Amino acid sequence: MKPADPVCPACREVVYAGEEFCEACGSRLGPDPVPARVPTRGGGRACAGCGADAVDADGYCERCGLKQPAPRDRVELEIAAGRAAGVSDRGRRHSRNEDYLALTEHPAGFATVVCDGVGSSPDPDRASLAAAETGGAALAERLAAGDDPADATRAALLRAGDAVAALAPSPAEAPSCTYVSAVTGPGTVTVGWVGDSRAYWLAADGSVADGDGGDVLGPSRQLTADDSWAAIMVARGALTEAEAEAHPNAHVITGWLGADAEQLDPHVRTFAVDRPGTVLVCSDGLWNYLPAAGGLAAVAGDAAAAPLDAARALVRHALEAGGRDNITVTLLPVTAGNGAPA
Amino acid sequence: MTDLPQFAISVDQNKYLPEGGSEVHAIVSVEATGGPVAAPSAAAAEVIIIDTSGSMSYPDTKLKSAVAAATAAVDTLRDGVNFAIVAGNDSARMVYPAEQALVPASDATRAKAKAALRKLKAFGGTAIGSWLRLADELVEDHQGGVRHAILLTDGKNQHETDEELDAALFRCGGRFVCDCRGVGTDWKVAELRKVASALLGGVDIVADPQDLVADFQAMTEAAMGKAVADVALRVWTPQTARLRFVKQVMPTVEDLTARRAESGPQAGDYPLGAWGAESRDYHICVEVPPNAVGKELRAAWVKLVVPGAAGAEDQVLASGNVLAAWTDDEAESTRINPRVAHYTGQAKLADAIQQGLRAREEGDLDTATARLGRAVQLADEAGNDPITALLRKVVDVEDAATGTVRLKRDVDKADEMSLDTRSTKTVRTRGGV
Repeated sequence: MKPADPVCPACREVVYAGEEFCEACGSRLGPDPVPARVPTRGGGRACAGCGADAVDADGYCERCGLKQPAPRDRVELEIAAGRAAGVSDRGRRHSRNEDYLALTEHPAGFATVVCDGVGSSPDPDRASLAAAETGGAALAERLAAGDDPADATRAALLRAGDAVAALAPSPAEAPSCTYVSAVTGPGTVTVGWVGDSRAYWLAADGSVADGDGGDVLGPSRQLTADDSWAAIMVARGALTEAEAEAHPNAHVITGWLGADAEQLDPHVRTFAVDRPGTVLVCSDGLWNYLPAAGGLAAVAGDAAAAPLDAARALVRHALEAGGRDNITVTLLPVTAGNGAPA
Repeated sequence: MTDLPQFAISVDQNKYLPEGGSEVHAIVSVEATGGPVAAPSAAAAEVIIIDTSGSMSYPDTKLKSAVAAATAAVDTLRDGVNFAIVAGNDSARMVYPAEQALVPASDATRAKAKAALRKLKAFGGTAIGSWLRLADELVEDHQGGVRHAILLTDGKNQHETDEELDAALFRCGGRFVCDCRGVGTDWKVAELRKVASALLGGVDIVADPQDLVADFQAMTEAAMGKAVADVALRVWTPQTARLRFVKQVMPTVEDLTARRAESGPQAGDYPLGAWGAESRDYHICVEVPPNAVGKELRAAWVKLVVPGAAGAEDQVLASGNVLAAWTDDEAESTRINPRVAHYTGQAKLADAIQQGLRAREEGDLDTATARLGRAVQLADEAGNDPITALLRKVVDVEDAATGTVRLKRDVDKADEMSLDTRSTKTVRTRGGV
């Protein structure tokens, strides 16, 4: 749809941009109907590098040239008056943040989604954004409607998969990403995932599990199993965990959301909560540096008391360790107040 | 100037620098496509300057060929283009029209101009600066459009001082574009290159006077094909950066660094003269203060502009970014951009040829052999076959890949001068990168 030609306010004759008077009746015309090019300034945004008030429309400082950080370079979220929080950071090596996160509250607890764009696909940042936003909204909607957490988790993941697939102009150019979600309460934790982003349980009492621990959440442990080459090798007993992590294929994933993904087969698990703790959901930018639940719990400290501070501490740890990838973490405390046995 | 061709700027570079890295290189290509074939005739001015010093009649084929060439150039002028013909010896005088002015080309004025050319006589000396000053006065009233001159000479600038020539060049710079041609082998390449370079034109040798006709016709056609009279490359750099150089690298190597005119905060203009349906490449090198890994900087913001007359706004025709991004990934930071490497080699090639020929002239045969050997090697690497062919007339090549050469004992003066004048002509890379 094209806008209609501007007309003279007096005689309704068509007039043209830049004319000062109507050609037909001679009335003085108003200001130029086509907006003139205005000098583009960043609206008073100060440069993150030199502090000059000179950031141009392209996002570069007109004094020192620095490209200004994108809004997604660092995202900090808090919900429910700070009782759950998440942080996403570009890291120190990537030029943009291709992770994204969603965080919502529902009648019986919290829900979160973390997605990590697949670097070898086109526009991975758009994939993770679409997946996290769609998945987060779907979870909130289903849980509010009273769906069972496992059903809601599966439905939200599939809807996120459709949203990512819809971004692809063709199967050969398919933006793609990982997906992991967690839903807390009452008395249960439900996780769903595709890819190698993870969920962990961090027990408030500091205990750390040696093994899987079944469907009851006691001591701290990992809740998801990666869809990755490394995980398959370890599961088959072909490599030890350390050998698999050191292998060049360690980060090759075997499941993802995207138009080029095979039939989506979401992993969904529900656990009963045995004691207070916090669900930690993260991208590999964090767990690469802290793969074990015990290590994460130690850095997070008392996550339930100040979730945002704990998330910041975890991200800072990954940044200080090198920040080779985008880092995203969300923390959903499960306390006596929201469903955990005291 | 409402109806301009489409201009586009593309930047070729590896933006990645290692930790602590500070030197940014980029090849900036400026291309014009579409739009009008040329500027309106009425706005165009063409001055043909012919050397009529006494030497032009030894042999007299030189003057005859120059007259024939100027005749062809006159025939190539479109109706309405303002033109004049100037004869030069110790001083400059009008050939056509008789009064000091330009006249619009028409069948009648072209016929009169050609009749006047036939009466030319050769006598006196050579004072190129005075010829240029007359051309400058002629184009005085035509500053709005494309202004071009062709200068033909056969001798050295003996009848005025170097200072007088330099002053004339300073006066005429930016006033009109001048292509220079040396006929025969008694003129000095460095001198004519200085004139052409100051007036943003080209220089070439026409060893055989018979070839002048086609050459003049081609030059006039090219001048008629210019759509925009005065464009400039505007380069912005960060406050803490240093612009190390701006070089034209295609179609010829021309260092523009010293031609900067400040045009705004942290920005300078490099005049490029007139522009038609053509593309030119520039090599820009900026030194920026090292930044943290992961940071990205606009190291230069390059725009093609038509500077506005006093008080008027500049017109930006196209723009592009030269970037710098710091990484600790060595695979990224050590990748060499093939076009930057290619043109760096071609600029070195021009230097090697000019240094080699100078050393040869001064009798320093070791240096001459080494520099010309290096030139053979660089021309071979770049696939610059026209230069390789010219080099082979001056040296015997034993191994082009290693640059092993022997100086030829007897070298035709015209071959040596051809190599010298054409040393700055570049080619795009093998495979058309």
